[in-house]
Amino acid sequence: MAKVSGAESLVKSLEAQGTDVIFGVPGGAILPAYDPILDSSVRHVLCRHEQGAGHAASGYAWVTGKAAVCMATSGPGATNLVTAMADAKMDSVPMVCITGQVPTPVVGNDAFQEADITGISMPITKHNMLVTDVGQIPSAIKEAFYIAETGRPGPVLVDIPKDVLQTETEFVWPSQVDLPGYKPVTKGNPKQVREAVKLILEAKRPVLYVGGGVIKTAASPELFRLATEGKLPVVTTLMARGAFPDSNPLCLEMPGMHGNYTAVTALQKADLLVSLGARFDDRVTGKLTAFAPDAKIVHVDIDPAEIGKNRKADVPIVGDCKVVIGMLADELVKRQEELGGVPDRSAWLGQLEEWQTKFPYAYEQPDDGPIKPQYATQRLYEATRDQDTILVAGVGQHQMWASQYWKFEEPRHWVNSGGLGTMGYAVPAAMGAKVGRPDVRVVAIDGDGCFQMTAQELATMTTENIPVVIAIMNNAYLGMVRQWQELFYNERYSQVYLTHDVPDYVQLAEAYGCVGLRAEVPEEVDTVIDKALSVEDRTVVIDFRCDQREMVFPMVPAGASNDDIILGPGQEKPMDDPKAASLA
Amino acid sequence: MSLHTLSVLVENRPGVLTRVAGLFAARGFNIHSLAVGETEIPDYSRMTIVVDLQAKSLEQVVKQLNKLVNIIKVLEYTDRDAVERELALVKVRTKGDQRARVIEIADIFRCRVVGVTSSTVTVEATGTPDKVEALLELLHEFGIVELARTGRIALSRDEKGIRERTLKAASSE
Repeated sequence: MAKVSGAESLVKSLEAQGTDVIFGVPGGAILPAYDPILDSSVRHVLCRHEQGAGHAASGYAWVTGKAAVCMATSGPGATNLVTAMADAKMDSVPMVCITGQVPTPVVGNDAFQEADITGISMPITKHNMLVTDVGQIPSAIKEAFYIAETGRPGPVLVDIPKDVLQTETEFVWPSQVDLPGYKPVTKGNPKQVREAVKLILEAKRPVLYVGGGVIKTAASPELFRLATEGKLPVVTTLMARGAFPDSNPLCLEMPGMHGNYTAVTALQKADLLVSLGARFDDRVTGKLTAFAPDAKIVHVDIDPAEIGKNRKADVPIVGDCKVVIGMLADELVKRQEELGGVPDRSAWLGQLEEWQTKFPYAYEQPDDGPIKPQYATQRLYEATRDQDTILVAGVGQHQMWASQYWKFEEPRHWVNSGGLGTMGYAVPAAMGAKVGRPDVRVVAIDGDGCFQMTAQELATMTTENIPVVIAIMNNAYLGMVRQWQELFYNERYSQVYLTHDVPDYVQLAEAYGCVGLRAEVPEEVDTVIDKALSVEDRTVVIDFRCDQREMVFPMVPAGASNDDIILGPGQEKPMDDPKAASLA
Repeated sequence: MSLHTLSVLVENRPGVLTRVAGLFAARGFNIHSLAVGETEIPDYSRMTIVVDLQAKSLEQVVKQLNKLVNIIKVLEYTDRDAVERELALVKVRTKGDQRARVIEIADIFRCRVVGVTSSTVTVEATGTPDKVEALLELLHEFGIVELARTGRIALSRDEKGIRERTLKAASSE
């Protein structure tokens, strides 16, 4: 067999794995790997910062479901990937991060650009490995992808010392992985499934609490069947927007800290929550001890550690969401046929509908006032809804408005940083999403604070020809922090003012070879959007000069009970809604 | 304190101990003692971990450990289903005629005297954690110069080993 270098073995492994793109930045220790990339069919996208490469890989994985690859050199290259790995770990995003390491003989000697990245990344990766034997490169890569994509997905780091990349070897692609300690359970226990369906049939106020696991397992068809056959209302968390179509009357959309009144209150008043690939995160539950006090819990998750972590489950089901939801739907349909129909829950569904009518997301856009970010978001949605469009968001107020005002009909059309809350996520993630789905339009809604953290990737988009539309909701502030200071720190604004004008986002965009546009008043919004959408060969940056004081509502203050939800302008909560009381 | 003994079969690879220790630190679980060594199969090591559970549940500890890719199997042992032993080396101050008394106590506990100087005696104690504790209590009055303990190791009383059980579970899936 022909001899190859470790580096060639690595690139051949990636090819054998079916990798079509690497997001990366070269450097000293990873240099050997970059030579065979020149002759490979795998595309390399040269990012301007390793964090950008990491988030780009994440965006790619969000929209394709495939493990994406990012590559960096040792030391600072690897540590720059840390945020992206932590982000992917929190949001269960499949990713394979390949880093160069200093040569084996000097590992541990504080060599130039040395950092113990396997040590550093242990708690923020699903798994990681240091490859010390050149013959193990193919099996390490195969295992990395297998671990990243199966079970609860996540990032896997493979660290390879430079001398290992330079050593001669024979390339042999292993036929299978050898991981005696890694066996994810996928099929749900049929007895537990029957028990869950029994609870569903008995419930008067059931809610399907849908999380990111439904998207990850492509379980939307099964979920649709379960919800519609059982007439079960659905909330889709921030991680699950699009898992169930917003246009369906059973969809209550987003619960949580900035979720709508109906979704939040439905969870609170429910007598049964069927949690599907969700993890009772604090942003959803609010004060945990006051969360859904009357609800029994069916908890479906592929990660056994999530079940019972925050809330005790009455019926725990460990398994893959697609498989288990399919089993639940089959069993429910069968039982309903035996019982002669769906249990009557018209009071509950009627109550939810009433709340939806009374308490929609609300804001006021005066004609002569500054642009409300919600308005710009809504107009952008209206202008793009006729074409297949993926929406990417950063983190903060704009992210919440994006989730609230954008309507999602399909899974894998929404990309954001949920668990870690990584500012700066949107620009590189949008780039990765576009590489993953070049056939689909990609729009990013970003904040001015977020945008400045990773804006250098505009250069990558221009040089690599990756056109997306980036709408900056420029409110001159770190808006979410400002909102908390206004509400909880007596309006003492500390270190949150960024200014509208620095940098000049239009000029900055132009300098990067993108198209820069600006809207300063409401009547300019549609014109600017039309212009932006007409550009197809370049990335467009829109500077929406937004109201500096706008706040995100509804809001459940941190640590408060979901019952203490604060509504939007002009809305008042039913203090003691007699109907709600009679339901409980 | 609420102590639980976990027997953890792991792949014998560099870094596995760090992963386990790191997980305990990151999740706020307290390690009371930890002992690692090779098993009957060179590819696997066994860690006997005694965890002190205050606010966290044992179930979470076990589930989080199971998520580590290099961990093959985690079992909780109770007194009933496992033999637990600990080894301690105790260097005791022996002034005047105290040496005879220390040796007498060591005899009662079926310990061995493994070292002696003009003013100290070193005792090797093996036994259940309770026995070691009882011995130490008695030796305290003489003055303990130095103490080294291995931490608990445990093995199930069951006729099958942890490995057989693991393989059986895997084949019945």
